[in-house]
Amino acid sequence: MVCEMETDQTEEMDIEVLSSMWPEDVGTQADNQFNVEKPAGDSDTLKEVDIAEKRTMADLKRLPELMNNTDQGSSQLTNLVKQWEYMQDHAVKLLREELKILTRQREEAEAKELKIIEEHNFETQEPENVPVLDDTSHLFRKFKHKKRDALVGSKRVEIDEEFDTVAYWKQKALSLEKMLEASTERERRLIEKLNESLKTMESHSAPVEELTQNLKRAEGFLHFILQNAPIVMGHQDKDLRYLFIYNKFPTLREQDILGKTDVEIFHGGGVKESEDFKREVLEKGKASKREITFETDLFGSKTFLIYVEPVYNKAREKIGINYMGMEVTDQVRKREKMAKLREDNAVRKAMESELNKTIHITEETMRAKQMLATMSHEIRSPLSGVVGMAEILSTTKLDKEQRQLLNVMISSGDLVLQLINDILDLSKVESGVMRLEATKFRPREVVKHVLQTAAASLKKDLTLEGNITDEVPIEVVGDVLRIRQILTNLISNAIKFTHQGKVGIKLKVISEPSFASAGAEEQNSLTETETSVWIRCDVYDTGIGIPENALPCLFKKYMQASADHARKYGGTGLGLAICKQLVELMGGQLTVTSQVNAGSTFTFILPYKVATSDDHSDDQDFSDMVDHHQPEPDDTTEGYFQFKPLLGSIYSNGGPVIGNNFLPHKVMLTSPLKLINSFVTDSSNNTAQSEMVQVENGGYMDETCSGPCPSKETESCSSSQASSEGGVLEMESELTVSSRVEEDKTETSKQPKILLVEDNKINIVVAKSMMKQLGYTFDIANNGVEAITAIKDTSYDLVLMDVCMPVLDGLKATRLIRSYEESGNWDAAREAGVDIKTSESEQVCVHSINRLPIIAMTANTLAESSEECYANGMDSFISKPVTLQKLKECLRQYLH
Amino acid sequence: MLGLGVDRLQADINRLLTSLFHQGVLDEQFLQLQQLQDDTSPTFVYDVINIYFDESEKLLRNLRLLLMDREFSDYKKIGLHLNQLVGSSSSIGARRVRNVCVAFRSASELNNRPGCLRGLEVVEHEYHYLKNMMHELFQVLIHVISYTHNSLYNYLIDPT
Repeated sequence: MVCEMETDQTEEMDIEVLSSMWPEDVGTQADNQFNVEKPAGDSDTLKEVDIAEKRTMADLKRLPELMNNTDQGSSQLTNLVKQWEYMQDHAVKLLREELKILTRQREEAEAKELKIIEEHNFETQEPENVPVLDDTSHLFRKFKHKKRDALVGSKRVEIDEEFDTVAYWKQKALSLEKMLEASTERERRLIEKLNESLKTMESHSAPVEELTQNLKRAEGFLHFILQNAPIVMGHQDKDLRYLFIYNKFPTLREQDILGKTDVEIFHGGGVKESEDFKREVLEKGKASKREITFETDLFGSKTFLIYVEPVYNKAREKIGINYMGMEVTDQVRKREKMAKLREDNAVRKAMESELNKTIHITEETMRAKQMLATMSHEIRSPLSGVVGMAEILSTTKLDKEQRQLLNVMISSGDLVLQLINDILDLSKVESGVMRLEATKFRPREVVKHVLQTAAASLKKDLTLEGNITDEVPIEVVGDVLRIRQILTNLISNAIKFTHQGKVGIKLKVISEPSFASAGAEEQNSLTETETSVWIRCDVYDTGIGIPENALPCLFKKYMQASADHARKYGGTGLGLAICKQLVELMGGQLTVTSQVNAGSTFTFILPYKVATSDDHSDDQDFSDMVDHHQPEPDDTTEGYFQFKPLLGSIYSNGGPVIGNNFLPHKVMLTSPLKLINSFVTDSSNNTAQSEMVQVENGGYMDETCSGPCPSKETESCSSSQASSEGGVLEMESELTVSSRVEEDKTETSKQPKILLVEDNKINIVVAKSMMKQLGYTFDIANNGVEAITAIKDTSYDLVLMDVCMPVLDGLKATRLIRSYEESGNWDAAREAGVDIKTSESEQVCVHSINRLPIIAMTANTLAESSEECYANGMDSFISKPVTLQKLKECLRQYLH
Repeated sequence: MLGLGVDRLQADINRLLTSLFHQGVLDEQFLQLQQLQDDTSPTFVYDVINIYFDESEKLLRNLRLLLMDREFSDYKKIGLHLNQLVGSSSSIGARRVRNVCVAFRSASELNNRPGCLRGLEVVEHEYHYLKNMMHELFQVLIHVISYTHNSLYNYLIDPT
């Protein structure tokens, strides 16, 4: 029974080659040599298997005692007795059957004898022939007796002769002899059978031997099953001392284990636990299982599944425990691994879903932003249609009232456009589309111009001042447009909330701030050759200030300090958010400090690269233009500007600007267009008469409460500023432009020579018409090769170059032209396959050793494209489609 | 009576232009064209648009020929044609034509023949729509002119 249970268990386990529970190399050779490696086949093979009986270790004195005392022991004995009894019964049954057969045979024999006797009929006449047979023969006697009892008419020996004759006796003797013979024969057979029976009896007569054999077989079977099983079994007494152990650890000897407890044998983790467990089972009297990991010096780390059952004696007293341990280290390890994997899996799944959620949210946000941007864009297009139409309308003959209405309409449209531009800017920054461009610029001039611009539209009694410390470099590299945008935004914001006192900008160099040191290292390592400088820019005012509780949401989109402010001062609440984002995009930080009713200071810290002085200046910032064409040595290093209110004065007073000897047309050419516009509100005005302009301007403002107007060019900075004044914008009209151009024409003695390189017919027609309006003419080349040929022959002041052209594109053509300027010959062009007809005289041509300004015209306005233009030696670029405004700015920048 | 008729036609023109702007068929660049028209070139818009139509028709014809060729592989040429078309369309402010051309061009850059065929169809559709609209516009203008005997499109600069 027990064996069966064991085999079942082994089958349930993993089907794999199980290594021995104990290490192979431990133990004596003798222990191993009889081990059957792979017992196969059915139980029949057991007979041939020689079982090594060395694995068992038992206290031989006490084990029989145990066997006699415990239930299990006695039941096993009972079992054996029963089996023996059964076999005895079986033997008896067999014997009985044998007896039955013999009896029947005897009866047959008797019957036969009777017949014989009857035949001879001895009954009366002859005496009993007793002496013939031995009286002592039991069988014979019995036979005789039976004969007497049973025979009624027994046969007599038939003798034909006459009674008592010689012949008669002779005959009788003969027949009797025959009978005697037969009888002897029978007797002999019976004796034989008897002997046989005796023999069989003998074979059944040794029950103990048989039992021993049976026991041996059972034990052999058990050994066979158990010897390779990773199971250790044992019995321990009440004190948990081992009395019996099977499959012990190979190196332990009998005296090491028997009579000792676990704690005495092993040391290390788990031993105590198993001891406690056994004791617990012993106390509770209930069999149970537990998994215990041992960490012993003897066999390292192994996990055992231990089954412990209490053992009772016949008096139902506990006398010890049986325990069985199975090594499950691998299984446990696997299980743990599985659990860990499952856990990991769960964690990963959770993370995944979290990530998906985040992605989803991000996508939603992106989509929302994209939608906002798209919508803004979609609104902008028709709106610019409306504004454009209105602008056209404003160039027509209108009476005063109509003009005012139209002006309101245009300025409102401009406000909405500005708002949309802000939103687009913001979404550009947020979506990471916005690229910064590095250009060289002069911080002093930027500050000056921002202030100048602000002063031009100032309607309050405010002093604007700029203060730049000496150590600020004259030229630095950064994205001047964005910086300007930030400054203008902050300044207009300051002006908006300041009613008296001053508003100013302060610039100074500071050491690298702590927030940037981590990130800046990377940047610095990239551009080690260039030195970078951190400039702190304070925009301060003496305005209404910002309450402390409003500071946190100051830079949030669409947020203003309070609803009250929004009503009073207007604005979208986007300006500061954009500033902050731009500053952060450039690697800086924008902060604010403020005191209610005392003023606020917005501070931004930005890193700049210091421009190397030997660089040829390809700066295209407008601010530079002033100095390029009106060299003012003071201006580049001037550290202080001040602009007093514009009211009542013509332009500005105080500061170095007043010293500029500008003729009216010069003003137009050199300063931002808003100045022009504020003067030239009507084409009928003669701009040369500044007095009259002033009157006109002032009068106009009184009447309409409007400020002078910024032009489209400075839209990003000035219109927000104008809007902050709540004023009405007046857009520059085309008539103004043309009238100015007319003037320019009269002033300019020499018509500049311009080359347009363009392959698209329509573009040529449009450009031609625009140039005509601006008062210029130009030559046309249809591709890069034609352009090079034209440049070789003629001296041009400006080249407008399409980038994308057949035969030779604009970028390549520009490169070739630049190479000519450097080397003085067209070899590079010739190498590139351009057919240049050389005449010796042209080798030393005079005209184009100076750098020829080349403006790219590109359909692609993305930053990389502009970078490409610059990289190929172009000076600037106009994005297509070319508008009158862009063209005008460009020509203004490069032709004066 | 005469004045009324002109006003009505003028309103028609404005409505037409406004709707074209709203649909995105035209953009601000078209206004640029109108700004360029003055006394010295009174038919400038009309002329430019006509040149545009001539050129574009040529380009579209070429594009169709290139695409019809089964063994065709000259996507580069298609790209060049489309560059032209994009350039001139954006110059006159034909916004929608330009946009679909850009899409067509990106399909051609990927050598995506089905995309190109679809692109061509869309471009042709937009082109014809634009042409019809312009035709309508010019028709109305001719009426205006017949009323006012003014130089062709001077009305835009000075409608009175």
